[in-house]
Amino acid sequence: MIGVFFGDAFITHIKMLPTLLLYALIFQVGLNISASGELGGLIRNLSVTTITLPIFTIIGSWVFAALSSFILTSWDFWECMALGSGFSYYSLSSILITQLKEPTLGIDMATQMGAIALLANIFRELLALVSAPLLGRVFGKFAPVSAAGCASMDICLPAITRIAGKSIVPIALIHGVVIDMSVPFWVTLFCKL
Amino acid sequence: MFTVIGLLCLGMAVGYPFRNKRVFRRLDKSISYTVYIMLFIFGITIGANKELLEDIGSFGLQALVIAVMTITGSAIASYFAYKLFLKRGGRIEK
Repeated sequence: MIGVFFGDAFITHIKMLPTLLLYALIFQVGLNISASGELGGLIRNLSVTTITLPIFTIIGSWVFAALSSFILTSWDFWECMALGSGFSYYSLSSILITQLKEPTLGIDMATQMGAIALLANIFRELLALVSAPLLGRVFGKFAPVSAAGCASMDICLPAITRIAGKSIVPIALIHGVVIDMSVPFWVTLFCKL
Repeated sequence: MFTVIGLLCLGMAVGYPFRNKRVFRRLDKSISYTVYIMLFIFGITIGANKELLEDIGSFGLQALVIAVMTITGSAIASYFAYKLFLKRGGRIEK
């Protein structure tokens, strides 16, 4: 919010910085995926359930993100898909959207879309946390995990465990890691479609 | 798009020989720092955009629509995943 005091002139100078930082970030995320050994542990722990749940989460979110393009008339179908593909990973998804949409939408619209992505994914995390007991009662024990998206492995894990029991922990962790790794792919894909 | 996905794959390829090395434990931290800097710059861009600040309420509402819709969608999908899990003899114990 410091931008309020600096205005437009300052912005043009730092224009290149976000792109470079984005590349640095993506490279680090890639390094982290393979170097942390998570990938190995993930493959060892794979079972039909642990791998199908993230797929269900992703498809369910996509279908309803597609439906929300009828409600949000200012964004087209693929833009709504990109907004709905953050799965609570608000930092990365908003930054990716702002950067990738700038060439086609212009800086103003791209920033708007990025801001919506940021808020939408923060809201998703918070709402998933607050509504976890309700979701668990209505849709079964996997619902708090799916609703949380990436947050099923950190912020929402305690709430999920309280509702679905300790044995959900590996499912929730793998769900979080798989979704977490897939977000950069989905957001980039939908931003370019 | 290819630059981003290419860099992601490059990072994975570079990191692979170093897996389980302690140095990379610190990556989580350096990733968060990069994200903080980027969010800070993103905040500057938002703050400098007058139109955006005027419409902040409308954005919140749009964001809420996306959040509620995606949560509902994934919760419904998870219901089927749970049914499938129970059918295969899976169990979640307290």
